[in-house]
Amino acid sequence: MEVTSSWRSIFNEAGDIARFAGRFFSKWFKPRYETPEFIRQCFTIGYGSLSLVGLTGFIMGLVLTMQLRPSMVDYGVESQLPAIVGIAIVREIGPVITALIFAGKIGSSIGAELGSMRVTEQIDAMEVSGTNPFKYLVVTRVLACTLMLPVLVILNDAISLYGSYLGVNIRGTTSFHLFWSQVFANLSFGDVIPALLKSYLFGLAVGIIGCYKGYNSNKGTEGVGRSANSAVVVSSVMIFVIDLLVVQFTDLLGLN
Amino acid sequence: MLAQEEIIKGVAKRNGKTLLEIKHLYKSFENNHVLIDFNMDLQDGENLVILGKSGSGKSVLIKCIIGLLKPDQGTIRVFGEDIPGLNQEELDRVRVKVGFLFQSNALYDSMTVRQNLEFPLRRHWIRRSHENVDDLVKNTLEDVGLAHTINMMPAELSGGMRKRIALARTLILKPKIILYDEPTTGLDPITGKEIIELMVRVQQKYETASIIISHDMNCVKMASDRVIILLDGKCYADGRFERLKEMTDPKVRQFFE
Repeated sequence: MEVTSSWRSIFNEAGDIARFAGRFFSKWFKPRYETPEFIRQCFTIGYGSLSLVGLTGFIMGLVLTMQLRPSMVDYGVESQLPAIVGIAIVREIGPVITALIFAGKIGSSIGAELGSMRVTEQIDAMEVSGTNPFKYLVVTRVLACTLMLPVLVILNDAISLYGSYLGVNIRGTTSFHLFWSQVFANLSFGDVIPALLKSYLFGLAVGIIGCYKGYNSNKGTEGVGRSANSAVVVSSVMIFVIDLLVVQFTDLLGLN
Repeated sequence: MLAQEEIIKGVAKRNGKTLLEIKHLYKSFENNHVLIDFNMDLQDGENLVILGKSGSGKSVLIKCIIGLLKPDQGTIRVFGEDIPGLNQEELDRVRVKVGFLFQSNALYDSMTVRQNLEFPLRRHWIRRSHENVDDLVKNTLEDVGLAHTINMMPAELSGGMRKRIALARTLILKPKIILYDEPTTGLDPITGKEIIELMVRVQQKYETASIIISHDMNCVKMASDRVIILLDGKCYADGRFERLKEMTDPKVRQFFE
């Protein structure tokens, strides 16, 4: 009985999030356009996450290379290390790890900010002053997340590959030119396009779930904490679900 | 419930234009019937206090007036416009003429005092020059006696100061009606009195009508031209403070003892 009710609440919430997303799609292209707030959000969300994404990307590239090396040496394909790491980072690890970090940093921050605005009646105050809070708060944040995450993924991939270059050179000698030639020689549009496509979808999911959780927050300060927490949890799960679906989709299109 | 003939009709400033009229208003939350056939009106320049116990539906009433809640039944006409029937754009146009002072102040805590005041102004008077906006912000802050806080964040202000800034933000669009949701709750008696005096002063200067939700008798006494007692979801009594105070009905007396 309890299991049924728990599944029911999961489906109810999925329906509510879908409705919220539908509301976003019906509003985002209609005037009035909140351009200054959108630019401010792009700066906060994009630039504000850069150092964290850069640091984790560098470590990820370095560690991945160092851990792959022994297996590559055993199989006698050590020279293919830059190519393998490049494909792994660009196709899968870069977008997914960046999106998970993004969900942790931005999803929670949006959930907490909007949640706190909801419980302190700031959203109502915006509404009674004749401003559409959904457009001002939600549309701008979701669009900024959707546009900024792919940019962060590209930067993260580049920094990860620099980390990988360092990892390759810890126990070997590969020139900078050779490393990058090997990486690019083994990458095609079929690797980059699915990765970018899912980055946009990850950004959209993090934005919508963070905003949904915050915008519908209740029960005072406890509710704010819960909104921030569940924004991260649900976004992280959605990132893996979208990853799975995009792989199937691009596979059907022959892009994998 | 008082017999209809015993309900004292307000007399103060009743000859003016009717700005707001509510007829047969019903509002429930599941099985909790908050407003049941509630009726009232508000005249131009009038200060109307709605008095009621906690949970009696006072805040629900003003949230219905401003369109934050949709009533189940009944009409709410503000400046002749039927609020529940308006679309978003029409509602926003009416809302510009109706200020709302929240119980929690609801200042935007990520913005400075200046930005808090500029926010509604810039969104409705886009064509105004920067100097005009700046002057208006400074003048409004002077009206509430807090010109020096212009660059401060809401978190740096005391409860009374936050209430004044929230009032300044409400006044900046020069509304015709101001809705006050328990303006003195959470303030010490001295600060509460100052806020009431300020409300009366700005009401005279800006020539607004107001609906004040309160259960603070000082506020009722000082600020009201007319008082409505909201009881069991209905308008139980309606009249001047002095007149209601003299009534012998036990349900009315409980508010004055």
